[in-house]
Amino acid sequence: MSDWPLFEVFIRSRSGLEHKHVGSLHAADARMAIEHARDVYTRRQEGVSIWVMRSADIVASDPEEADALFEPARDKVYRHPTFYAIPDEVKNL
Amino acid sequence: MSATPAMLVAGNPAAHAARLRYVLRLGDTSLVLGQRLSEWIGHSPALEEDLGLANLALDLIGQARLLLSYAGELEGKGRDEDALAFLRDAPEFANLALAEQPNGDFGHTIVRQWLIDSWQLQIYEGLQGSSDARLAAIAAKAVKETRYHYRFSSGWLTRLGDGTPESQRRVQRSLEDLWRFTFELFAPDEVDEQVSELGIAPSLSQQALRWSALIDADLAAATLKRPAALPYPWHGKRGVHTEHLGHLLSQLQHLPRTYPGAHW
Repeated sequence: MSDWPLFEVFIRSRSGLEHKHVGSLHAADARMAIEHARDVYTRRQEGVSIWVMRSADIVASDPEEADALFEPARDKVYRHPTFYAIPDEVKNL
Repeated sequence: MSATPAMLVAGNPAAHAARLRYVLRLGDTSLVLGQRLSEWIGHSPALEEDLGLANLALDLIGQARLLLSYAGELEGKGRDEDALAFLRDAPEFANLALAEQPNGDFGHTIVRQWLIDSWQLQIYEGLQGSSDARLAAIAAKAVKETRYHYRFSSGWLTRLGDGTPESQRRVQRSLEDLWRFTFELFAPDEVDEQVSELGIAPSLSQQALRWSALIDADLAAATLKRPAALPYPWHGKRGVHTEHLGHLLSQLQHLPRTYPGAHW
């Protein structure tokens, strides 16, 4: 329905993992958004928990400000954790 | 050793017939309501509602398969779930007459759904403790589905009842139209009494009170008025149906009757 507000949907695929953004949908209210998210995004057992939020409530960075926000990190490679030798015994890093 | 319910049924043809009839009532109600909801596919007010209604329909048809398979075994005449679903005529169906009522508008479908969801909730919750292990297992699965169905339909009832003057007027009218078919939900007949005595099913009079309280709370939240009690001679569970069931069955049964034994 075009007059229903847009909600963003976040699904946690299993316990212990974080919720991930999976998409968006229209719903008249938050309860309906949970039901729609359940039907649209978890019908193949994709999740054990759902978050929804009004898309309008998201505050996003401005693409025009991308240079100011992200460029200064570009020449600071020493912040990357690539200067450590990883012991052979560590398998899952 | 005291007689178990299974032994009581085994030596008692009347009890066996009552159990078979009871299982058919539950299975047919799920089948017919599932078929009705399927009619919405491609016609719902929003894509998400289309998926939502189809999901409810799938759950209900899944329940019907389990129940009708069991009914076929109890009957012992070699009829499986398909034979029972596709090769019986309307008077042999034992569904609640409420389930066969046409969809009407979306609000009408919601009122019908909410009335049956709240009924099934009582029935399946009670049946989890059935002396019939097979029914108890089916109920344990179905009650989870039904809790979601009820969440869905009661949410919509509130939204529409407590919505605009137009939506409130329309769902109130649907409630008045459909209320007459709620009489048989909790009016016990000899089948209900027998399965209750055998511990197969819970007593309907107990459940009627819980259902009534639930209905009143939901109606209050939805700012709708409960219609006056109106006993009505439709007894779908005894095979007395409205004209609508025959039309529904003609669509449901067309293919297997036209092409017997057809498969994908």
